[in-house]
Amino acid sequence: MPRITYIEHNGTAHAVDVPVGKSVMQGAVENNVPGIDADCGGECACATCHVYVDAVWLGIVGLPPTGSQEASMLSFAAVTQPDSRLSCQIPVTNALDGLVVRMPEGQH
Amino acid sequence: MNQDSRHIAIAGAGHAGGSAAAMLRQLGWTGAITLIGEEPLPPYQRPPLSKAWLTGEATAESLALRPAKFYPGATIDLRLGIRVIGIDRAAKTVALSDGETLSYDYLILALGARARRLPLPGAELEGMLELRSATDADRLKSALHPGARLAVIGGGYIGLEAAASARKLGVEVTVIERESRVLARVACPILSEFFQTFHRAQGAAIEVGAEVAAFEGLDGKIAGVRLGDGRLIPCNAALIGVGAVANDELARETGLTCHNGIAVDLAARTDDEAIFAIGDCTSRPLPLYDRMCRLESVPNALEQAKQAAAQICGKPPPTPEVPWFWSDQYDLRLQIVGLPFDTTEIALRGDVAAGKFALFHLTGEGTVQAVEAVNSAPEFMGGRRIIARRKRLTRARIEDMSVSMQELAS
Repeated sequence: MPRITYIEHNGTAHAVDVPVGKSVMQGAVENNVPGIDADCGGECACATCHVYVDAVWLGIVGLPPTGSQEASMLSFAAVTQPDSRLSCQIPVTNALDGLVVRMPEGQH
Repeated sequence: MNQDSRHIAIAGAGHAGGSAAAMLRQLGWTGAITLIGEEPLPPYQRPPLSKAWLTGEATAESLALRPAKFYPGATIDLRLGIRVIGIDRAAKTVALSDGETLSYDYLILALGARARRLPLPGAELEGMLELRSATDADRLKSALHPGARLAVIGGGYIGLEAAASARKLGVEVTVIERESRVLARVACPILSEFFQTFHRAQGAAIEVGAEVAAFEGLDGKIAGVRLGDGRLIPCNAALIGVGAVANDELARETGLTCHNGIAVDLAARTDDEAIFAIGDCTSRPLPLYDRMCRLESVPNALEQAKQAAAQICGKPPPTPEVPWFWSDQYDLRLQIVGLPFDTTEIALRGDVAAGKFALFHLTGEGTVQAVEAVNSAPEFMGGRRIIARRKRLTRARIEDMSVSMQELAS
């Protein structure tokens, strides 16, 4: 099962195994990782599952397509960076085994 | 964790109660947690019940807030099929429906709301449905087969979402609304008109200004809805979606202040410092609007769960949030942020005919209080920021599409 490491804004790391087919957001929520709120439950409606994708992984995870719902939501989310993603829109695959994501200071 | 003898009892295992239990562990609560839920399921998400659940695009697993194994793993004692039937504030105990008594150091009331009933003739007929729980949704789902006829009483979010799902499944739908327009309590007339037109174009009949006189049956089963003007709307099932009532009786019985919900402060505390209340059952302060309000939404349940957990664990309070709501109907995504209190003017940004627009509600001074956005994520997100900052804008500037949302929100 792919292992994903979530790093809180304060530096605390949580490495958890997430089944293929779940989203990176679900991996955090199901393991009670703090810092990902996911108000809307994965509908890309709230931008409260915002993460920064580790530079090493950005090429594999990719960025949201220009003009997509995710890109629109992200452009107004709190403290966005060029490596920002909404974790509900990243499906977990075997290729993401070892993925590292960091959390912003807040989701609101 | 056995060293800490303190105990938190959470009455209600919905989105609010389930989230509070999880957040208490996130914030380092090491005492015991008992999560008491009346329904047979561990905490699950209700929003999909009127949408993906009805159309078969969601599973029981995808509905669950967290997997069942999470609760024992986090040492949360999840008691299902049981409810709190009484609170003894002096003794700090709760009585459970199975006869047990639990003592608590803190009690969190996450009792939710229940569907409002219509006390009309025929209300007891088989095929009369409501939609709050997974059990309700299963009952509705089994009535939605191609060619069936569904009457929806109430043109609110639940009714319209269920109507959209039913149409997708090939069901004949009639929405019966007492007010002169759908979404009358929660949206402005422009939005109501847009949704009415859209639903009608999808083949749903919408009767506005229509009073229900009675439900008529055949062999004990619903066969039609009799309107006040005498007409009969034939149906095999009738869904009542006319709002919800806060489950605040337990709090009232024990003398806690309630007015349309259990009154709480910004830390989700009731007037008993050992008792918190969160989610649909509360009346909470909205500092942005300088009043108390009862909100029925997942974001509100989560915010209050955070407030309570932070207060109990001695952590800083969470960042205040602007209330927001969403509703998916057909291919329309409606996102609403803020509440249109004290507004005098509406600015329309975008194109209603194209189904991509947002309505900004302004006070006389131009402060943006609420934004209703249809298929317009930037307006929703930008609106959230504008409202949080109490920014003032003119109608002309909002409506000028050559000014980007980034500029408006900056």
